[in-house]
Amino acid sequence: MVEDKLSVNLSGVQLKNPVIPASGTFGFGYEFADFYDINILGSISLKGTTKEERYGNPTPRIAECKNGLINSIGLQNPGIDMVIQKELPRLKEVCQIPLIANISGFSVEEYAYCCEKIDKEEQIEIIEVNISCPNVHNGGSAFGTTPESAKQVTQAVKKVTTKPVYVKLTPNVTNIVEIAKACEDGGADGIVLINTLLGMRINLKNKKPVIANKMGGFSGPAIFPVALRMVYQVYEAVNIPIIGVGGVETAEDVIEMMLAGATAVEVGAANLKNPYACKEIIENLPKVMEKYKIEKLSDIIGLSHD
Amino acid sequence: MYKRNKYEVKSNKQIAPNVYEMILEGETTYITRPGQFINIELEGFYLRRPISVCDYDENTITIIYKVVGNGTEKMSTLAKGTILDILTGLGNGFEKLMSGERPLLVGGGVGTPPMYNLCKELVKQNKKPIVVIGFGTKSEVFYEEKFKDLGADVYVSTIDGSYGTKGFVTDVIKNLTDYTYYYACGPENMLKAVYDIAQGKGELSFEERMGCGFGACMGCTCKTKYGNKRICKNGPVLKKEEIIW
Repeated sequence: MVEDKLSVNLSGVQLKNPVIPASGTFGFGYEFADFYDINILGSISLKGTTKEERYGNPTPRIAECKNGLINSIGLQNPGIDMVIQKELPRLKEVCQIPLIANISGFSVEEYAYCCEKIDKEEQIEIIEVNISCPNVHNGGSAFGTTPESAKQVTQAVKKVTTKPVYVKLTPNVTNIVEIAKACEDGGADGIVLINTLLGMRINLKNKKPVIANKMGGFSGPAIFPVALRMVYQVYEAVNIPIIGVGGVETAEDVIEMMLAGATAVEVGAANLKNPYACKEIIENLPKVMEKYKIEKLSDIIGLSHD
Repeated sequence: MYKRNKYEVKSNKQIAPNVYEMILEGETTYITRPGQFINIELEGFYLRRPISVCDYDENTITIIYKVVGNGTEKMSTLAKGTILDILTGLGNGFEKLMSGERPLLVGGGVGTPPMYNLCKELVKQNKKPIVVIGFGTKSEVFYEEKFKDLGADVYVSTIDGSYGTKGFVTDVIKNLTDYTYYYACGPENMLKAVYDIAQGKGELSFEERMGCGFGACMGCTCKTKYGNKRICKNGPVLKKEEIIW
């Protein structure tokens, strides 16, 4: 059966395939139900959620790049209460797969508060803790840039939930392995990497930054080799599952990420360019597996390591 | 509801300096309202180009675009027969039912195109539209005759006074009194001026740099009196009463 060939397991949560739209590129899922049946996905990492509603950054928030884009959304979201009251029920109407909540915060307490609330939602089977968003001036990135604060957030969140906690890391650090290990020490059930790379563009016509907030997170196929390298390095250093993310666009990319050590793979920017990206990747996986003589996807996790 | 499909370029010609009219052949059933837009994938560019629909029928879509950057420059070179990957049916579009008997349609520059299909639809419903379109100078004027052919009363303004009323669309609108509702699309400073001067109710179509074009990325959010809205999904058309400048 095809599903068995594709299925993977994240801390006891069985996904029918390893393909997960990445947080921030898929809204709360239902927007994509207008394009295809989103129940074919392995899971969905939902839009990053904070305690209070956030408008986010001023526009323009998007800058195009060769092989990618820069975004500076600034964690726009309706706040944890509205996510629970409105977004999750609306998604439930069109989607019954296990979901990943993505939680952001500006203090350790805020992370814990949101995780405790989302912990009670049946639809949510994994909590992804974003300690890496590079867009917000007064928080977020700070937690992901030192092992101590990364561990502190992880521990605080683990105390308030029994669901698997996956910590999403920023690549904008000197040593990602140290951070990943600190999260594992703090009790993380898994690691998600990488978030966007800090970047910028300047408009030649007005000689000013394209993005209102000047800088933003660079994503898209251009960052795939960086993400792959970090997944590879972290796989060698930790004993918990990794979700690989960064520039994945094809079934081949998914397989490469898994060979580097990812148990599942998130697809981000590709969804914005092609709303059918995840569907096409899932449909192509069996063909590409056959081509490379892969019987079961779960067999190849980390296979590139010595 | 929206859909991705392949479209064939049937024609792509310059109709004013830096302004092109492209006719695309393919599925149009997902376009449901005037004022919606399509999102065009271009080889060599990561993001799609969102362009408003000027007109459409059972199997063609007409768009008018201005060359403003590398993407639209590339579009201007596309030859007849080129196949493009396009998302259609995007955006909310204009509310035709609000028009009353004598709607005012205001277009500034390349904000003019979405007014064309709107005008056509309103004429079909036996309304008597007034069309006011503004440009910089005489050579930039396009579609005046096409609006007249639909049966609309057409006024043109040019900033330098080389054609029609000298000044802006508002210099025409300030002398009009008998319209029942208004629709406007153009640069933001024009929209603001129309908002300030036009009487009664209306709706205005906005522009913003977009990521996806279908509501997923939150790249084009704006604040309104009814909460945050995404220009691509809850817009591009906003009602006068909800706008915060």
